[in-house]
Formats: sequence, C-alpha cells, structure tokens
Amino acid sequence: MMTATEQRPKVYGMAAEFASAGELYHAAEKIRDAGFKRWDVFSPFPIHGMDKAMGLGKSWLSAVVLCGGLTGLATAVVLEGYPSLIEYQTVVDAKPTNWATVPAFVPIFFELTILLSAFACVFALMVMSQLPRWNHPMFNWERFTRVGDNGFFLAIEGRDPKFSEEKTRALLESIGGAHVTLIHD
Amino acid sequence: METPFDPEIAVKKIPLVANGRKMDWVTEKVSTICEAKTPIWWWVAFLITAPTALFGVCCIAYQISTGVGVWGENHPVGWAWDITNFVFWIGIGHAGTLISAILFLTRQKWRTSINRSAEAMTLFAVVCAGIFPGIHVGRVWMAWFLAPVPWYEGIWPNFRSPLLWDVFAVSTYFTVSVLFWYTGLVPDLATLRDRTTSRVKKFFFTVFALGWRGSNRNWRHYEMAYLILAGISTPLVLSVHSVVSFDFATSVIPGWHTTIFPPYFVAGAIFGGFAMVLTILIPARILYPQLKDLITPQHIDKMCKIILLTGSIVGYAYAMEFFIAWYGGNPYEQWLFLRNRLADPWIFTKWLHLAATPAPYWWAYWCMITCNVISPQFFWFKKNRYNLWVVFPIVMCVNAGMWFERFVIIVTSLANDFMPSMWHLYHPSWVEIGTFVGTFGIFLSLFLLFMRYLPMVAMSEIKIVLPESDPHHVEEGHQEAHASAEGHH
Repeated sequence: MMTATEQRPKVYGMAAEFASAGELYHAAEKIRDAGFKRWDVFSPFPIHGMDKAMGLGKSWLSAVVLCGGLTGLATAVVLEGYPSLIEYQTVVDAKPTNWATVPAFVPIFFELTILLSAFACVFALMVMSQLPRWNHPMFNWERFTRVGDNGFFLAIEGRDPKFSEEKTRALLESIGGAHVTLIHD
Repeated sequence: METPFDPEIAVKKIPLVANGRKMDWVTEKVSTICEAKTPIWWWVAFLITAPTALFGVCCIAYQISTGVGVWGENHPVGWAWDITNFVFWIGIGHAGTLISAILFLTRQKWRTSINRSAEAMTLFAVVCAGIFPGIHVGRVWMAWFLAPVPWYEGIWPNFRSPLLWDVFAVSTYFTVSVLFWYTGLVPDLATLRDRTTSRVKKFFFTVFALGWRGSNRNWRHYEMAYLILAGISTPLVLSVHSVVSFDFATSVIPGWHTTIFPPYFVAGAIFGGFAMVLTILIPARILYPQLKDLITPQHIDKMCKIILLTGSIVGYAYAMEFFIAWYGGNPYEQWLFLRNRLADPWIFTKWLHLAATPAPYWWAYWCMITCNVISPQFFWFKKNRYNLWVVFPIVMCVNAGMWFERFVIIVTSLANDFMPSMWHLYHPSWVEIGTFVGTFGIFLSLFLLFMRYLPMVAMSEIKIVLPESDPHHVEEGHQEAHASAEGHH
C-alpha cells in the first residue's frame, strides 16, 4: 500500500492556455478523440456546445429536482390535508370542511412544490459539482486567475491512464495550447 | 455571383454590448465598481437613505409599542396604507423575476445586462413588502400564528384562507429569489476572488464563491440548475401576485370580488416593477458611465416597450372592471365605481350629472388613470423611448400610479361599503406616512450597499452575448478568407 501511495504522481496534471473560446472548443474535441477520461476545460462562461466537444451527456440534475418537487408536493398534501380534513376540521364562516374543499389547498401544494424543487436544485448543483471547496490545485497556477476574466484553459489530470509528462505536453502544444505547465498538487 | 439569402445579414442586429467591448473590458469595468474607493456621491446618498430607513424603523417601533391605533385605520377601512404598501413593494419585485426567469426562457439575450440588479431589486422590494403584513396585525408577537403549526388548544391555521396562501407564496418567492440570485452570483464572486488583493475580501469571496473555477464539468450542471430555477420561477412569479390578488378577489367587497384580478395584478406588477428597474438603472448608468456600453439605449427602449404593453393591459383591466360593474347589474358595484372612484367634481358630477357629489377619492382614481394608462402611451414613439428626459418622468409617474392603484382598490372599496351608517373616510397618520417613507430608505440603502460590494452586472452572463464567446466566431478580417476556403454554406 505504501509503495502505491509513493508511486502516485506528485503532480495534479498538465494544463495549457488557449486564446479563445473557439480554440478551446476545438482542443477539447481533440482531447476527447485522443481518449482521455480525467480532464476538464475552464472558461469564464459556459461555452455553447462544449459538453458535446468534451463528450459529456446531459446533466441529470433535473432528476434530483423532480424528486425534490414531489417531496414538496407530498409535504403540502400531508400538511394541509391531515389537520384540515382529518385531525381538526375547523369551520370558518360556516364554510364546508369536506373533501370537496381540496381546490382551496392547491396554492400551497404549488408553492411547496416550487420551494423544495429550488432547494433540491441548489443542493444537487453543489453535490454534482463537488462544491463548496476552499481550494483546488488549478489555483496554484498564477495564469489561472484569469479564468473568471478572459482565460481559457484545459487541464489533463495525472490520474488519467493515458497521462505521460512528455507525451501530454507534446499533445497540448500540438493542438495550440500555450504556456503548457505542470500543475502540482 | 449572387450571395444566398442570410437572415443574419438581412436583419442587421444592434450589438447588445456597445462599442465592441471585449471580455477583459467587461471584467475590468464591472469589477472596479465594487473595487474602487467609495465615491463621495455614494456617501451623500447613503447618509440620506440610511437615516430615512432608521426613521421608518422608529415609526414601526412606535406603532408596535403603542398599538395599531397610531395609524389612521379604523372601521370600515381596516386595510389602508399598510396593505397598499405591501402590494406596491411585492409588485415591484416581479419585474426582477420576469427579467431573470421569463426573459431567460424566452431567450431574450438583452436581459444579461440588467438581470443582476433587477434581481437584487426584487429581493430588497420583497424585504420592504414583508414588513407590512407582519406589523399590521398589531400584536407582532403573535406573528407566529402565520406559520403552519397548531395554535393554542391545537387549532391549526385555516389552510383554505388566501391569507395563509399568501404567507406561503411570499416566503417561497423570497427564498427562491435568493437562491436564484446567489446561484447567478457564484461565478462573478469567483472572478472578484481571483482579482482582489485585499486579504479580508479574498477570505469572504473565497467562502462565498464556493471554490468555483469555471470548470466545464461544473458549468454543465450549473446551466441545467439555472434553467430549472428559471423554469420554476416563471410559474412562481405569476402565482405570487395571483395569490396576492386572491386576498381581495375571494372576498365579497364590491371592487374586490372580481375574477379579472389575478392577470390584472400580475400585469400591473410587471408594469410597476419595470418602472422601478428604470428608476434605479438610469441614475446608475449616469453615475457609472461605463455601464452605458452594457445598458444601452436599446435596453431602455425594450423596457419601455414592456411598460407600454403591460400599462395597456392594466388600462384594459380598468375598463373591463367598469364594463362588468355595469353589465353585472350589481348596484353596490355600480355605486362603488361611479360614486367612489370615477365621479370627479367637474365633468362627471357637474356636466354629465352622473353623481350628486364628487367621489371622496376621485383624485386618487384619476391620478391612477393619468399615471398608469395615459403616461405610458408616449412610449408608442421611438423618439420618446430613446430620450431619457421623457423616459425618466414617465417611469416616475408609473411608480406613483401603481401605488395609487393599490390605494384605490383597497381604500375606496372599504370606505363606503354596504351600510351607509358605516361609511367613514380614511386619512393616514404621520406614523403610516413615516413607515412608508422609511421603506424607501430601506430599499435604497440596501441597493446602495449592493452596488458597492457586489458586481451589479452579471459578468459571466454578459460575456456569453459577446460575439467572441461563440466557439464558431470568426474575426471580421478572417471572415472572407474563411468563407472562400470552405465554400458556400
């Protein structure tokens, strides 16, 4: 076990900078076609079509939101139905309290569905993006501070089975990457 | 050789960001608003708004400690400025959600310049709105009765009551708006984190940016989350003002008991909200001239068109209320509309002989008509929509008009109800006026703080509408070479 730990690369990966969204897009297509699995691109905004260029499918965050929404709806059904129809029927203004009054519960059904959908959405975003985190190896690279400005970066992780310091460097340079740098953990 | 028809060329679009600004320009100019030293005008403005807010808080404290009798409300006018102000502020919030959610779903790319500040406006307006239902109950320590928990003796709140729906609608609206706004802020907070040199700011931005690094594996989920939040906020915002209108529409008071209320209230909310967006952004782009390239005359033009559309819907709703009062044949409703609202001292009373005496609140009704129906009609003309000296006074009229609309609906309907022996005119006390003025102080103070400490334009979103962000974008100079190399598409 110890030897395995020692043999692990001390580097996080190899990163390169690209001049524009278009260049990063085409670079991502080439890295995808070269068969890499553990890599990522970084940009100041979501680039249109990048998921396809990286070979990523649809985000299934929506499934979590559906579960959240259904939980909200079920909560509202129980919260309104149990006290108002079963446990403690309160007569207000001589109005009925039977099952035919269910339409009056619809607004709160709707609101709680929305509320729990929204919470599920943000929660799922955090979990699926593995956030929050306070640091990341990419932040060790001083050029990377421009990622929120106008910087376009591509990084291949050392953990990728196809990673090799010389070949990956040559590959990144051949597809137009500038400032190819080894990123340390 | 003839060039094939290309709709992109046939309809020449005005760029959404003026003067061909690039990404680094956007980052620099938006970030420096909150990075630079606090300008003098900010302190001047804050030293006006903050004491105003404090005065409002003192009025609330006086009202709570003395009792709700310090207000001018009494039977039969049990709802007056308090609920007028509540509906006024909650309505203003709706434009922010329309911009952030509905315009996102309809792919209106111009929204990216204004959505951040409009969403902030929503939050601060809902904060102001939330004050009034809380304090108008009189005994605020009983406000927990609003919560869906059993009261004393195990009695539950009435889930069939629109007032309880309203509690759920408004609190859900505020919570979802905060989540949506914060989700949008995260990439921009990361940008500020990477730029700042101050250790204190670095710490806070690091915490609140959640470690965001623009990774596409994160953007993938982020875009889905953003789409869903927009998708659920769209019916939410329509539901909130519909539920607010149910507070009135489900009662039997003439002037309230109307099926047209939900769409009428929603249109009015968007109308008033866009007026407030312009009220804030027109001075902001004068104080920060760099915003003029982001919030261009084209943006103001589009907002004016929405004001014209929604103002006309509101005008239609006013007319339809009258039609139904006449067509429905309910004498109480006819009395209300003619004798409580319409009858001004000259034309309707003297000349047309429609009423014996002028309606007690005729001036409020005609303020509403002038500000909400007549004033936006100037926006039919392009010249007016591009002239800020015309736009700003009109949006101020709309702000006032929408407040009067709620006052007219609430007070004129209650003041003269079914029993003439109960009739009573309402006058506000200084405490009510002070509380309302105070909420403007709260709203503007919060907005000034927002401008000072957070990016007031969504940088990561506005970069998407720049031509260079398109991965298939070709620079002007290379376009011909590119086209001839690849042949015709």
